[in-house]
Amino acid sequence: MTIGYYPGCTLKTKAANLEVAALAALDHLGIEVAELPRWNCCGAVFSLATDDLIHQVAPVRNLIRAAEQGCDTVVTICSQCYNTLARANRLVREDAEKRDTLNRFMTEEPDYAGEVEVVHYLSLLRDRVGWERLRAAVTNPLTGLRVAPFYGCTLVRPGDVAIDAVDPAILEGFIAALGAEPVSFTAARECCGSYQMIAHPEEGLRRAAKVIAAANASAADALILSCPLCEYNLGTRQGDVVAAHDGLEHVPTFYFTQLLGVALGLDPELCRLDLSGPAATTLLTERKYIAAATA
Amino acid sequence: MDTAALTEKVAAKAVPIYIMGKRYEVPEALTIMKAMEYAGYQYIRGCGCRGGVCGACATVYRKAGDYKIYTGLACQTVVEPDMYLAQIPFYPANRATYDFESAEPTPETVFKLYPELFRCVACNACTKVCPMDVEVLDYVSALKRGDLKAAAEISFDCIQCGLCASRCMGEMAQYHIAQLARRLAGGKLAAKAEHLGKMCADIEGGAFADLLGGLKSMSVDELKKVYTEREMEPHMGADEWTPASSHGLA
Amino acid sequence: MASIPSPIHPESLRAVNKIAELSGQNVHECMQCGTCSAVCPMVSSMGFTTRQGIHYLQFGQVEPVLQARIGEFCASCHTCVVRCPRGIDVPRVFEAVRQLVLRTNTDLVTLGDIPKDTLAEAPQIAFVSTFRKLTS
Repeated sequence: MTIGYYPGCTLKTKAANLEVAALAALDHLGIEVAELPRWNCCGAVFSLATDDLIHQVAPVRNLIRAAEQGCDTVVTICSQCYNTLARANRLVREDAEKRDTLNRFMTEEPDYAGEVEVVHYLSLLRDRVGWERLRAAVTNPLTGLRVAPFYGCTLVRPGDVAIDAVDPAILEGFIAALGAEPVSFTAARECCGSYQMIAHPEEGLRRAAKVIAAANASAADALILSCPLCEYNLGTRQGDVVAAHDGLEHVPTFYFTQLLGVALGLDPELCRLDLSGPAATTLLTERKYIAAATA
Repeated sequence: MDTAALTEKVAAKAVPIYIMGKRYEVPEALTIMKAMEYAGYQYIRGCGCRGGVCGACATVYRKAGDYKIYTGLACQTVVEPDMYLAQIPFYPANRATYDFESAEPTPETVFKLYPELFRCVACNACTKVCPMDVEVLDYVSALKRGDLKAAAEISFDCIQCGLCASRCMGEMAQYHIAQLARRLAGGKLAAKAEHLGKMCADIEGGAFADLLGGLKSMSVDELKKVYTEREMEPHMGADEWTPASSHGLA
Repeated sequence: MASIPSPIHPESLRAVNKIAELSGQNVHECMQCGTCSAVCPMVSSMGFTTRQGIHYLQFGQVEPVLQARIGEFCASCHTCVVRCPRGIDVPRVFEAVRQLVLRTNTDLVTLGDIPKDTLAEAPQIAFVSTFRKLTS
């Protein structure tokens, strides 16, 4: 059984803080994954028009890359990559006519019929490590940290690719395994504003404000995410969000993999807190989960 | 060889080709460029080095009964019977202007100058059309993930012919973006070649002045003698071959 | 047989049929409960609600839906899909509406208008998504 790793473009630059600790943690937990030697952008959003097959080429081409490597599973960490790859994979598996058209279009590639399984990193942790084993591996439990899980849209919708279809509780299980306290949070499965932040920033900021308000209401110490676009809207742009809306309080945001790295006692450098807002580092040092920087 | 004999020989091996839809009979061993000249076309533009490196004579063609698009450089590609061809010497392309000295060798520099990069759909038409067999999609993918060094390496054989841009669904000019990546990677990310700096300093310091002066003072006959008697690397030499004389090289 | 005069412009009817084809959804299954609008995160930015948008389409009217920019503001979050009691994939309907516009070589966002700072700061997936959803 070989697990291929599909990183996605953003994890190689702006969201290195999503990737580095994630890979170090898998290594630490004894799960072997290998980054695909060739891959392209997945397309970030799944195309919804029935006749629009050209936008399925990008995700399917990556699945072909994984199959070429002999992988039966490909794991992704970015929520948008996961959603796009998983939905394209279902399309190829379920629609013989479209599969045939795609294969005939990509004359330069071997045929693909959905042989590879697309899984999200969280599913891999839950199903191949398990919360009990993860809990046992935690050497630096985040005791007392109230964490609001932000699933956003693409991890849980639509139902056929949801990482936890019946009762989305995978992030809660993850948070508890790290020794932290999962906080009930009304905006956990809402939209962060998504790509509308680019074309319609006012609407994007308004949407992000609702998520921050819900996090404030839940008295969470931190918000965890698994999507670089969520992190941009709720983290990078949080200053603008709070400035534009009365009564909002700042709340530190983390990628879930950063807290995983801290709890496993990995080198804090690997958690790339330098790429998160300063509030993230401050929270972790004040609570003594990590030592203050000795710069 | 007299002209009559040449004409006879050519006529015996003529093949039909179609240039912009019109049929011509041309000698079979000619390149597309020479065949077009044979057919009466005169190149004023769309022709540069005639050596396969300038990218001016990109040509697209189809073969009878075959749906596929083929490409080649007119100066390099030999005609085939029944090929339908047109040269695309120029394709309009957006080229950003920037101050290279102040440009940071970061992904953001590329993203700011060429946001259309993110319109790639991975259709791979660019790679399929490239007459230099550059894996264009792979360097576009590398650019999207911000890997300037990889993009520079993958695009190294690009001759800027522009055929990729002519086929791009995302309407970008891939080759200009790759050129920016090569400039940033080569000029600002790659390790400086220390031996080159040292050699330049040696030259400026007069390390070869005596050797050059000696050559300059020779008569033509002496030069010929030195030239014919020079030490040459054997054609089938071993990998470890080194010249007997260092000629002043350290 | 004399044709029955129709209040619906034939062009609008063609567009509605095109939406049905592109989305694979039957808007006539909608019972106008309004759940999609109640859960829509972007509804306040639209000219009217998603429910009203579907209602116009049921009556063969496309122009008001385009005017309300519902397709443009839908973020494809799929919140409505999982809640629709009639099983309609609403984002597919509005994707089709957006495609009607995009397929006339019309862009809904201009690359040159995006601030350079945003291009440098936002993650790549933000632009890939934006250009896929809002450029032709």
